[in-house]
Amino acid sequence: MIEIRDLYKAFSAELRPLRGVTLDVQDGTNLVVLGKSGTGKSVLLKSIVGLLEPDQGSIQVDGVEVSGANANTLQMIRRKVGYVFQSGALFDSLTVGENLAFALEKGKGMRGAEVRDKVMDYLEKVGLPEKVNKMPSELSGGQRKRIGVARTIITEPAYLLYDEPTTGLDPQTTKEISELIVQLKDDLNITGIAVTHDPYCLHIIADRIAYLEEGKVVFEGTPEEGKHSDFEFLKIFFTLENDPGK
Amino acid sequence: MAVRQGVVPTRKARPSAAAPPAPASKPGYLKHVVLEMGAYTSFIGRFFRSVFAPPYEFRQIVRHIDDFGAMSLPLISVVNFIMGLILALQSRPTLEKFGASAFIPAMVTTSIVRELGPVITALLVAGRVASGIGAELGSMKVTEQIEAMECMGVDPYKYLVTTRVIALLFLMPVLTLYAEFVGIFGSFVAEFISTGGTIQYYYSQVIDALYFQDVLPSLGKTVLFGFAIAIVGSYKGFNTESGTEGVGRATTSAVVLSSLWIILIDMILVKITVTYFSNP
Repeated sequence: MIEIRDLYKAFSAELRPLRGVTLDVQDGTNLVVLGKSGTGKSVLLKSIVGLLEPDQGSIQVDGVEVSGANANTLQMIRRKVGYVFQSGALFDSLTVGENLAFALEKGKGMRGAEVRDKVMDYLEKVGLPEKVNKMPSELSGGQRKRIGVARTIITEPAYLLYDEPTTGLDPQTTKEISELIVQLKDDLNITGIAVTHDPYCLHIIADRIAYLEEGKVVFEGTPEEGKHSDFEFLKIFFTLENDPGK
Repeated sequence: MAVRQGVVPTRKARPSAAAPPAPASKPGYLKHVVLEMGAYTSFIGRFFRSVFAPPYEFRQIVRHIDDFGAMSLPLISVVNFIMGLILALQSRPTLEKFGASAFIPAMVTTSIVRELGPVITALLVAGRVASGIGAELGSMKVTEQIEAMECMGVDPYKYLVTTRVIALLFLMPVLTLYAEFVGIFGSFVAEFISTGGTIQYYYSQVIDALYFQDVLPSLGKTVLFGFAIAIVGSYKGFNTESGTEGVGRATTSAVVLSSLWIILIDMILVKITVTYFSNP
Protein backbone atom coordinates (compact mmCIF):
# COMPACT_ATOMS: atom_id res chain seq x y z
CA MET A 1 0.00 0.00 0.00
CA ILE A 2 1.16 3.53 -0.77
CA GLU A 3 0.18 6.18 1.77
CA ILE A 4 0.69 9.86 1.04
CA ARG A 5 0.09 12.42 3.77
CA ASP A 6 0.10 16.25 3.64
CA LEU A 7 2.58 16.39 0.77
CA TYR A 8 3.96 19.78 -0.23
CA LYS A 9 6.34 20.61 -3.06
CA ALA A 10 7.23 24.07 -4.39
CA PHE A 11 9.80 25.04 -7.00
CA SER A 12 9.36 28.80 -6.56
CA ALA A 13 6.93 31.24 -4.97
CA GLU A 14 4.78 31.04 -8.11
CA LEU A 15 5.20 27.34 -8.87
CA ARG A 16 3.76 25.30 -5.99
CA PRO A 17 2.28 22.15 -7.55
CA LEU A 18 1.63 20.15 -4.37
CA ARG A 19 -0.10 21.90 -1.49
CA GLY A 20 -1.10 19.21 0.95
CA VAL A 21 -1.81 16.05 -1.02
CA THR A 22 -3.20 13.15 0.98
CA LEU A 23 -3.96 9.89 -0.79
CA ASP A 24 -4.02 6.13 -0.23
CA VAL A 25 -3.37 3.60 -2.99
CA GLN A 26 -4.75 0.16 -2.17
CA ASP A 27 -2.88 -2.93 -3.36
CA GLY A 28 -4.29 -4.66 -6.44
CA THR A 29 -5.96 -1.57 -7.89
CA ASN A 30 -5.27 0.83 -10.73
CA LEU A 31 -5.63 4.41 -9.52
CA VAL A 32 -5.82 7.17 -12.12
CA VAL A 33 -4.75 10.66 -11.05
CA LEU A 34 -6.63 13.37 -12.92
CA GLY A 35 -6.21 17.12 -12.94
CA LYS A 36 -5.59 20.11 -15.14
CA SER A 37 -2.12 20.66 -16.59
CA GLY A 38 0.34 21.98 -14.02
CA THR A 39 -1.54 20.67 -10.99
CA GLY A 40 1.39 18.50 -9.94
CA LYS A 41 0.36 15.03 -11.12
CA SER A 42 3.80 14.13 -12.50
CA VAL A 43 5.46 15.81 -9.49
CA LEU A 44 3.39 13.50 -7.29
CA LEU A 45 4.56 10.40 -9.21
CA LYS A 46 8.21 11.51 -9.13
CA SER A 47 7.95 12.13 -5.39
CA ILE A 48 6.63 8.61 -4.80
CA VAL A 49 9.70 7.05 -6.42
CA GLY A 50 12.10 9.52 -4.79
CA LEU A 51 13.10 11.41 -7.92
CA LEU A 52 11.86 14.59 -6.26
CA GLU A 53 12.21 15.38 -2.58
CA PRO A 54 9.02 16.88 -1.14
CA ASP A 55 9.30 20.00 1.00
CA GLN A 56 7.01 18.55 3.64
CA GLY A 57 4.81 15.54 4.25
CA SER A 58 5.11 11.80 4.16
CA ILE A 59 5.08 9.08 1.50
CA GLN A 60 5.16 5.49 2.67
CA VAL A 61 5.51 2.46 0.40
CA ASP A 62 4.57 -0.67 2.32
CA GLY A 63 5.34 1.22 5.51
CA VAL A 64 8.78 2.48 4.38
CA GLU A 65 9.20 6.26 4.32
CA VAL A 66 10.34 7.65 0.95
CA SER A 67 10.83 11.32 1.74
CA GLY A 68 14.23 11.88 3.32
CA ALA A 69 15.26 8.25 2.68
CA ASN A 70 18.96 7.45 2.29
CA ALA A 71 20.42 5.89 -0.87
CA ASN A 72 20.02 2.29 0.34
CA THR A 73 16.38 2.76 1.34
CA LEU A 74 15.65 4.52 -1.94
CA GLN A 75 17.21 1.63 -3.84
CA MET A 76 15.01 -0.80 -1.92
CA ILE A 77 11.90 1.28 -2.66
CA ARG A 78 12.80 1.53 -6.36
CA ARG A 79 12.96 -2.26 -6.57
CA LYS A 80 9.31 -2.24 -5.49
CA VAL A 81 8.12 0.78 -7.46
CA GLY A 82 8.66 0.93 -11.22
CA TYR A 83 8.21 4.09 -13.27
CA VAL A 84 7.00 4.10 -16.87
CA PHE A 85 8.02 7.40 -18.42
CA GLN A 86 5.89 9.35 -20.85
CA SER A 87 8.38 8.95 -23.69
CA GLY A 88 9.46 5.44 -22.70
CA ALA A 89 12.90 6.89 -21.79
CA LEU A 90 14.69 4.03 -23.56
CA PHE A 91 18.48 4.35 -23.70
CA ASP A 92 19.26 5.54 -27.23
CA SER A 93 22.66 3.88 -27.43
CA LEU A 94 21.38 0.40 -26.51
CA THR A 95 19.24 -2.04 -28.47
CA VAL A 96 15.81 -3.04 -27.15
CA GLY A 97 17.27 -6.27 -25.74
CA GLU A 98 20.15 -4.41 -24.11
CA ASN A 99 17.71 -1.91 -22.60
CA LEU A 100 15.86 -4.72 -20.86
CA ALA A 101 19.07 -6.53 -19.94
CA PHE A 102 20.45 -3.30 -18.44
CA ALA A 103 17.59 -3.21 -15.93
CA LEU A 104 18.39 -6.78 -14.84
CA GLU A 105 22.20 -6.60 -14.89
CA LYS A 106 22.59 -3.23 -13.21
CA GLY A 107 19.44 -3.24 -11.11
CA LYS A 108 19.45 -6.86 -9.95
CA GLY A 109 22.98 -8.08 -10.67
CA MET A 110 21.81 -10.90 -12.95
CA ARG A 111 24.07 -12.27 -15.73
CA GLY A 112 24.22 -14.51 -18.82
CA ALA A 113 21.56 -16.91 -20.09
CA GLU A 114 19.18 -16.07 -17.27
CA VAL A 115 19.10 -12.46 -18.48
CA ARG A 116 18.63 -13.46 -22.15
CA ASP A 117 15.72 -15.78 -21.31
CA LYS A 118 14.00 -13.21 -19.15
CA VAL A 119 14.43 -10.47 -21.78
CA MET A 120 12.71 -12.64 -24.40
CA ASP A 121 10.04 -13.66 -21.92
CA TYR A 122 9.11 -10.04 -21.13
CA LEU A 123 9.31 -8.94 -24.77
CA GLU A 124 6.75 -11.64 -25.49
CA LYS A 125 4.59 -10.36 -22.63
CA VAL A 126 4.36 -6.95 -24.37
CA GLY A 127 4.02 -8.60 -27.78
CA LEU A 128 7.29 -7.41 -29.31
CA PRO A 129 9.81 -10.29 -29.23
CA GLU A 130 10.91 -9.60 -32.81
CA LYS A 131 12.23 -6.14 -31.81
CA VAL A 132 14.99 -7.48 -29.55
CA ASN A 133 17.84 -6.30 -31.79
CA LYS A 134 16.25 -3.03 -32.92
CA MET A 135 17.46 0.37 -31.75
CA PRO A 136 14.87 2.59 -29.97
CA SER A 137 15.01 5.04 -32.90
CA GLU A 138 13.61 2.27 -35.14
CA LEU A 139 10.45 1.86 -33.04
CA SER A 140 7.10 3.64 -33.23
CA GLY A 141 5.76 5.67 -30.29
CA GLY A 142 3.52 2.85 -29.12
CA GLN A 143 6.29 0.26 -29.40
CA ARG A 144 8.61 2.50 -27.38
CA LYS A 145 6.01 2.72 -24.63
CA ARG A 146 5.50 -1.06 -24.66
CA ILE A 147 9.26 -1.62 -24.43
CA GLY A 148 9.37 0.99 -21.66
CA VAL A 149 6.75 -1.01 -19.78
CA ALA A 150 8.65 -4.27 -20.41
CA ARG A 151 11.89 -2.71 -19.13
CA THR A 152 10.12 -1.58 -15.98
CA ILE A 153 8.20 -4.79 -15.20
CA ILE A 154 11.17 -7.06 -15.94
CA THR A 155 12.49 -6.28 -12.46
CA GLU A 156 9.12 -7.45 -11.07
CA PRO A 157 8.00 -4.39 -9.13
CA ALA A 158 4.91 -4.47 -6.92
CA TYR A 159 3.81 -0.99 -8.00
CA LEU A 160 3.95 0.74 -11.38
CA LEU A 161 3.69 4.47 -11.91
CA TYR A 162 2.57 5.43 -15.41
CA ASP A 163 3.23 9.00 -16.54
CA GLU A 164 0.76 9.71 -19.34
CA PRO A 165 1.02 6.21 -20.82
CA THR A 166 -1.10 6.87 -23.91
CA THR A 167 -0.35 10.49 -24.77
CA GLY A 168 0.29 11.02 -28.47
CA LEU A 169 -0.80 7.52 -29.50
CA ASP A 170 -3.44 6.52 -32.04
CA PRO A 171 -6.71 5.04 -30.66
CA GLN A 172 -5.77 1.45 -31.48
CA THR A 173 -2.39 1.71 -29.71
CA THR A 174 -4.06 3.56 -26.82
CA LYS A 175 -6.40 0.60 -26.43
CA GLU A 176 -3.49 -1.89 -26.55
CA ILE A 177 -1.42 -0.01 -23.96
CA SER A 178 -4.44 0.47 -21.69
CA GLU A 179 -5.31 -3.22 -21.89
CA LEU A 180 -1.69 -4.07 -21.13
CA ILE A 181 -1.93 -2.01 -17.92
CA VAL A 182 -5.06 -3.92 -16.90
CA GLN A 183 -3.40 -7.22 -17.83
CA LEU A 184 -0.38 -6.38 -15.64
CA LYS A 185 -2.69 -5.82 -12.69
CA ASP A 186 -4.71 -8.97 -13.31
CA ASP A 187 -1.89 -11.37 -14.24
CA LEU A 188 1.06 -10.05 -12.23
CA ASN A 189 -0.90 -8.32 -9.45
CA ILE A 190 0.91 -5.03 -10.10
CA THR A 191 -0.73 -2.05 -8.44
CA GLY A 192 -0.79 0.92 -10.78
CA ILE A 193 -0.93 4.68 -10.42
CA ALA A 194 -1.45 6.41 -13.75
CA VAL A 195 -1.47 10.07 -14.65
CA THR A 196 -3.46 10.63 -17.80
CA HIS A 197 -5.45 13.16 -19.81
CA ASP A 198 -6.88 10.42 -21.98
CA PRO A 199 -10.57 9.65 -21.21
CA TYR A 200 -10.42 6.37 -23.09
CA CYS A 201 -7.39 5.15 -21.15
CA LEU A 202 -9.17 6.14 -17.94
CA HIS A 203 -12.26 4.20 -19.01
CA ILE A 204 -10.25 1.01 -19.50
CA ILE A 205 -7.77 1.04 -16.64
CA ALA A 206 -9.27 2.93 -13.69
CA ASP A 207 -10.49 1.06 -10.64
CA ARG A 208 -10.37 4.31 -8.71
CA ILE A 209 -9.71 7.94 -9.57
CA ALA A 210 -8.18 10.83 -7.65
CA TYR A 211 -8.77 14.39 -8.80
CA LEU A 212 -6.16 17.05 -8.03
CA GLU A 213 -7.15 20.69 -7.87
CA GLU A 214 -4.92 23.52 -6.62
CA GLY A 215 -2.35 21.07 -5.32
CA LYS A 216 -4.75 18.93 -3.29
CA VAL A 217 -6.79 15.78 -3.82
CA VAL A 218 -10.35 17.08 -3.78
CA PHE A 219 -12.03 13.89 -4.94
CA GLU A 220 -11.21 10.22 -4.58
CA GLY A 221 -13.51 7.37 -5.52
CA THR A 222 -14.62 5.00 -8.28
CA PRO A 223 -15.00 6.21 -11.88
CA GLU A 224 -18.76 5.83 -11.53
CA GLU A 225 -18.74 8.06 -8.47
CA GLY A 226 -16.58 10.56 -10.32
CA LYS A 227 -18.99 10.60 -13.21
CA HIS A 228 -21.78 11.77 -10.92
CA SER A 229 -19.70 14.17 -8.85
CA ASP A 230 -20.10 17.95 -8.78
CA PHE A 231 -16.66 18.65 -10.25
CA GLU A 232 -16.95 20.27 -13.66
CA PHE A 233 -13.57 18.89 -14.79
CA LEU A 234 -14.64 15.31 -14.05
CA LYS A 235 -17.97 15.83 -15.76
CA ILE A 236 -16.22 17.07 -18.92
CA PHE A 237 -13.77 14.19 -18.69
CA PHE A 238 -16.48 11.57 -18.52
CA THR A 239 -18.46 13.30 -21.26
CA LEU A 240 -15.44 12.88 -23.54
CA GLU A 241 -15.10 9.22 -22.68
CA ASN A 242 -15.55 7.12 -25.78
CA ASP A 243 -14.39 3.84 -27.23
CA PRO A 244 -12.23 4.33 -30.32
CA GLY A 245 -11.49 0.62 -30.39
CA LYS A 246 -15.03 -0.17 -31.50
CA MET B 1 -16.90 2.73 -0.89
CA ALA B 2 -18.58 6.06 -0.34
CA VAL B 3 -17.72 9.03 -2.47
CA ARG B 4 -15.55 11.50 -0.67
CA GLN B 5 -16.41 14.53 -2.67
CA GLY B 6 -14.43 17.60 -1.84
CA VAL B 7 -12.92 15.87 1.15
CA VAL B 8 -9.29 15.02 1.54
CA PRO B 9 -8.95 11.51 2.97
CA THR B 10 -7.93 11.78 6.58
CA ARG B 11 -7.44 8.13 7.54
CA LYS B 12 -4.17 7.73 9.46
CA ALA B 13 -3.40 11.36 8.68
CA ARG B 14 -0.66 12.90 10.72
CA PRO B 15 -1.25 16.14 12.54
CA SER B 16 -1.61 18.80 9.89
CA ALA B 17 1.27 21.23 9.72
CA ALA B 18 1.50 24.66 8.19
CA ALA B 19 2.63 24.81 4.55
CA PRO B 20 6.40 25.21 4.21
CA PRO B 21 7.69 28.52 2.84
CA ALA B 22 8.11 28.52 -0.94
CA PRO B 23 11.67 28.94 -2.27
CA ALA B 24 12.70 32.39 -3.48
CA SER B 25 11.82 32.97 -7.12
CA LYS B 26 15.07 33.69 -8.95
CA PRO B 27 18.51 34.33 -7.44
CA GLY B 28 20.40 37.50 -8.34
CA TYR B 29 23.51 37.30 -10.54
CA LEU B 30 26.03 37.15 -7.70
CA LYS B 31 24.00 34.56 -5.84
CA HIS B 32 23.68 32.60 -9.08
CA VAL B 33 27.48 32.59 -9.54
CA VAL B 34 28.05 31.44 -5.96
CA LEU B 35 25.39 28.72 -6.31
CA GLU B 36 26.93 27.57 -9.59
CA MET B 37 30.40 27.36 -8.04
CA GLY B 38 28.95 25.37 -5.17
CA ALA B 39 27.21 23.05 -7.61
CA TYR B 40 30.48 22.52 -9.54
CA THR B 41 32.37 21.76 -6.33
CA SER B 42 29.71 19.30 -5.26
CA PHE B 43 29.74 17.71 -8.74
CA ILE B 44 33.53 17.27 -8.59
CA GLY B 45 33.26 15.96 -5.02
CA ARG B 46 30.87 13.25 -6.20
CA PHE B 47 33.56 12.05 -8.61
CA PHE B 48 36.08 11.50 -5.82
CA ARG B 49 33.44 9.77 -3.68
CA SER B 50 32.33 7.46 -6.48
CA VAL B 51 35.63 6.65 -8.19
CA PHE B 52 36.84 4.11 -5.62
CA ALA B 53 33.43 2.67 -4.76
CA PRO B 54 32.14 -0.46 -6.51
CA PRO B 55 30.73 -1.33 -8.98
CA TYR B 56 33.68 -0.57 -11.27
CA GLU B 57 32.31 -0.09 -14.75
CA PHE B 58 35.41 -1.27 -16.66
CA ARG B 59 33.49 -2.06 -19.84
CA GLN B 60 32.03 1.42 -19.94
CA ILE B 61 35.46 2.99 -19.37
CA VAL B 62 36.99 0.98 -22.22
CA ARG B 63 34.01 1.87 -24.45
CA HIS B 64 34.48 5.57 -23.73
CA ILE B 65 38.25 5.39 -24.35
CA ASP B 66 37.47 3.78 -27.69
CA ASP B 67 34.77 6.35 -28.56
CA PHE B 68 36.71 9.43 -27.49
CA GLY B 69 39.90 8.21 -29.17
CA ALA B 70 38.16 7.43 -32.43
CA MET B 71 36.31 10.75 -32.24
CA SER B 72 39.47 12.84 -31.77
CA LEU B 73 42.25 10.98 -33.59
CA PRO B 74 41.68 12.17 -37.19
CA LEU B 75 41.38 15.82 -36.16
CA ILE B 76 44.38 15.62 -33.84
CA SER B 77 46.48 13.98 -36.57
CA VAL B 78 45.71 16.60 -39.22
CA VAL B 79 45.95 19.66 -36.98
CA ASN B 80 49.19 18.62 -35.24
CA PHE B 81 50.86 17.58 -38.47
CA ILE B 82 50.07 20.97 -40.05
CA MET B 83 51.03 22.80 -36.85
CA GLY B 84 54.50 21.15 -36.81
CA LEU B 85 54.94 21.84 -40.49
CA ILE B 86 53.97 25.52 -40.18
CA LEU B 87 56.10 26.00 -37.08
CA ALA B 88 59.19 24.76 -38.92
CA LEU B 89 58.43 26.70 -42.10
CA GLN B 90 57.77 29.95 -40.19
CA SER B 91 60.85 29.62 -37.98
CA ARG B 92 63.36 28.95 -40.76
CA PRO B 93 63.60 32.47 -42.30
CA THR B 94 64.09 34.13 -38.92
CA LEU B 95 66.58 31.60 -37.59
CA GLU B 96 68.49 31.67 -40.89
CA LYS B 97 69.08 35.40 -40.42
CA PHE B 98 71.00 34.59 -37.25
CA GLY B 99 72.68 31.52 -38.74
CA ALA B 100 70.78 29.34 -36.29
CA SER B 101 68.71 27.19 -38.66
CA ALA B 102 70.38 24.08 -37.21
CA PHE B 103 68.38 24.70 -34.05
CA ILE B 104 65.04 24.29 -35.82
CA PRO B 105 64.51 20.63 -34.73
CA ALA B 106 65.33 21.49 -31.11
CA MET B 107 63.18 24.61 -31.09
CA VAL B 108 60.19 22.98 -32.72
CA THR B 109 60.44 19.89 -30.52
CA THR B 110 60.65 21.90 -27.30
CA SER B 111 57.71 24.08 -28.34
CA ILE B 112 55.56 21.14 -29.29
CA VAL B 113 56.40 18.92 -26.33
CA ARG B 114 56.24 21.59 -23.66
CA GLU B 115 53.30 23.65 -24.75
CA LEU B 116 51.72 23.39 -28.16
CA GLY B 117 51.15 19.63 -28.21
CA PRO B 118 49.32 19.37 -24.86
CA VAL B 119 47.33 22.60 -25.22
CA ILE B 120 46.27 22.21 -28.84
CA THR B 121 45.37 18.56 -28.28
CA ALA B 122 43.33 19.48 -25.23
CA LEU B 123 41.52 22.25 -27.10
CA LEU B 124 40.73 19.88 -29.95
CA VAL B 125 39.50 17.21 -27.54
CA ALA B 126 37.40 19.87 -25.79
CA GLY B 127 35.81 20.72 -29.12
CA ARG B 128 35.09 17.14 -30.05
CA VAL B 129 34.59 15.32 -26.73
CA ALA B 130 33.21 17.96 -24.34
CA SER B 131 30.57 18.85 -26.91
CA GLY B 132 29.81 15.15 -27.41
CA ILE B 133 29.48 14.51 -23.68
CA GLY B 134 27.37 17.65 -23.18
CA ALA B 135 25.06 16.75 -26.05
CA GLU B 136 24.72 13.07 -25.14
CA LEU B 137 24.07 13.57 -21.43
CA GLY B 138 21.93 16.64 -22.18
CA SER B 139 19.65 14.71 -24.49
CA MET B 140 19.54 11.85 -21.97
CA LYS B 141 18.46 14.38 -19.34
CA VAL B 142 15.68 15.98 -21.37
CA THR B 143 14.33 12.61 -22.53
CA GLU B 144 14.25 11.37 -18.91
CA GLN B 145 16.81 8.60 -19.56
CA ILE B 146 18.90 9.71 -16.57
CA GLU B 147 15.83 9.56 -14.30
CA ALA B 148 14.95 6.15 -15.77
CA MET B 149 18.43 4.94 -14.81
CA GLU B 150 17.96 6.29 -11.30
CA CYS B 151 14.62 4.50 -11.04
CA MET B 152 16.38 1.21 -11.84
CA GLY B 153 18.60 1.69 -8.80
CA VAL B 154 21.64 2.57 -10.92
CA ASP B 155 23.71 5.60 -9.89
CA PRO B 156 23.65 7.68 -13.10
CA TYR B 157 26.59 9.80 -11.93
CA LYS B 158 28.80 6.75 -11.50
CA TYR B 159 27.67 5.11 -14.74
CA LEU B 160 27.68 8.19 -16.96
CA VAL B 161 30.10 10.71 -15.43
CA THR B 162 32.73 8.80 -13.47
CA THR B 163 33.40 6.42 -16.36
CA ARG B 164 33.83 9.31 -18.82
CA VAL B 165 36.18 11.20 -16.52
CA ILE B 166 38.34 8.11 -15.93
CA ALA B 167 38.42 7.40 -19.66
CA LEU B 168 39.72 10.88 -20.45
CA LEU B 169 42.25 10.77 -17.59
CA PHE B 170 43.82 7.73 -19.27
CA LEU B 171 43.32 8.88 -22.83
CA MET B 172 44.67 12.43 -22.73
CA PRO B 173 48.37 11.59 -22.11
CA VAL B 174 48.25 8.95 -24.86
CA LEU B 175 46.59 11.31 -27.34
CA THR B 176 49.07 14.05 -26.46
CA LEU B 177 52.09 11.79 -26.98
CA TYR B 178 50.67 10.78 -30.34
CA ALA B 179 49.95 14.43 -31.22
CA GLU B 180 53.50 15.46 -30.33
CA PHE B 181 54.93 12.67 -32.47
CA VAL B 182 52.76 13.73 -35.43
CA GLY B 183 53.67 17.41 -34.91
CA ILE B 184 57.40 16.67 -34.86
CA PHE B 185 56.99 14.51 -37.95
CA GLY B 186 55.25 17.48 -39.64
CA SER B 187 58.19 19.70 -38.81
CA PHE B 188 60.56 17.08 -40.29
CA VAL B 189 58.52 17.11 -43.53
CA ALA B 190 58.91 20.92 -43.68
CA GLU B 191 62.66 20.62 -43.12
CA PHE B 192 62.92 17.85 -45.69
CA ILE B 193 61.18 20.07 -48.24
CA SER B 194 63.44 23.04 -47.40
CA THR B 195 66.83 21.32 -47.00
CA GLY B 196 66.41 17.66 -47.98
CA GLY B 197 67.83 16.56 -44.59
CA THR B 198 67.56 12.92 -43.55
CA ILE B 199 65.15 11.59 -40.94
CA GLN B 200 68.07 10.03 -38.98
CA TYR B 201 69.72 13.43 -38.55
CA TYR B 202 66.43 15.06 -37.60
CA TYR B 203 65.67 12.27 -35.13
CA SER B 204 69.04 12.66 -33.40
CA GLN B 205 68.50 16.43 -33.12
CA VAL B 206 65.05 15.90 -31.61
CA ILE B 207 66.32 13.36 -29.05
CA ASP B 208 69.20 15.67 -28.06
CA ALA B 209 66.74 18.50 -27.46
CA LEU B 210 64.36 16.50 -25.27
CA TYR B 211 64.71 16.33 -21.51
CA PHE B 212 62.82 14.39 -18.93
CA GLN B 213 61.76 17.76 -17.42
CA ASP B 214 60.05 18.62 -20.70
CA VAL B 215 58.03 15.46 -21.14
CA LEU B 216 56.76 14.57 -17.69
CA PRO B 217 55.17 17.88 -16.59
CA SER B 218 53.57 18.35 -20.00
CA LEU B 219 52.01 14.88 -19.86
CA GLY B 220 51.00 15.49 -16.24
CA LYS B 221 49.03 18.56 -17.14
CA THR B 222 47.14 16.70 -19.86
CA VAL B 223 45.60 14.60 -17.08
CA LEU B 224 44.21 17.79 -15.55
CA PHE B 225 43.02 18.96 -18.97
CA GLY B 226 41.19 15.65 -19.43
CA PHE B 227 39.60 16.00 -16.01
CA ALA B 228 38.39 19.53 -16.81
CA ILE B 229 37.00 18.53 -20.21
CA ALA B 230 35.05 15.54 -18.89
CA ILE B 231 33.77 17.27 -15.75
CA VAL B 232 32.61 20.42 -17.55
CA GLY B 233 30.97 18.43 -20.38
CA SER B 234 29.25 16.12 -17.91
CA TYR B 235 28.14 18.94 -15.61
CA LYS B 236 26.60 20.86 -18.47
CA GLY B 237 24.88 17.74 -19.80
CA PHE B 238 23.63 16.66 -16.38
CA ASN B 239 22.15 20.09 -15.70
CA THR B 240 20.47 20.61 -19.06
CA GLU B 241 17.05 22.22 -18.92
CA SER B 242 14.48 23.52 -21.39
CA GLY B 243 14.36 20.64 -23.86
CA THR B 244 16.29 20.47 -27.10
CA GLU B 245 17.13 24.17 -26.96
CA GLY B 246 18.81 23.49 -23.63
CA VAL B 247 20.84 20.65 -25.18
CA GLY B 248 22.25 23.12 -27.72
CA ARG B 249 23.14 25.56 -24.98
CA ALA B 250 24.74 22.83 -22.87
CA THR B 251 26.85 21.68 -25.82
CA THR B 252 28.10 25.16 -26.64
CA SER B 253 28.87 26.14 -23.06
CA ALA B 254 30.62 22.77 -22.47
CA VAL B 255 33.09 23.60 -25.25
CA VAL B 256 33.56 27.25 -24.26
CA LEU B 257 33.99 26.58 -20.54
CA SER B 258 36.27 23.56 -20.91
CA SER B 259 38.47 25.52 -23.35
CA LEU B 260 38.64 28.36 -20.84
CA TRP B 261 39.58 25.93 -18.07
CA ILE B 262 42.33 24.43 -20.23
CA ILE B 263 43.91 27.86 -20.76
CA LEU B 264 43.59 28.75 -17.06
CA ILE B 265 45.07 25.44 -15.88
CA ASP B 266 47.89 25.80 -18.42
CA MET B 267 48.67 29.32 -17.25
CA ILE B 268 49.04 28.16 -13.65
CA LEU B 269 51.01 25.01 -14.55
CA VAL B 270 53.43 26.88 -16.85
CA LYS B 271 54.53 28.99 -13.91
CA ILE B 272 54.96 25.89 -11.72
CA THR B 273 56.79 24.01 -14.50
CA VAL B 274 59.17 26.88 -15.23
CA THR B 275 59.92 27.24 -11.52
CA TYR B 276 60.45 23.58 -10.64
CA PHE B 277 61.19 21.74 -13.90
CA SER B 278 63.41 24.12 -15.90
CA ASN B 279 66.07 22.59 -18.18
CA PRO B 280 69.72 22.47 -17.22
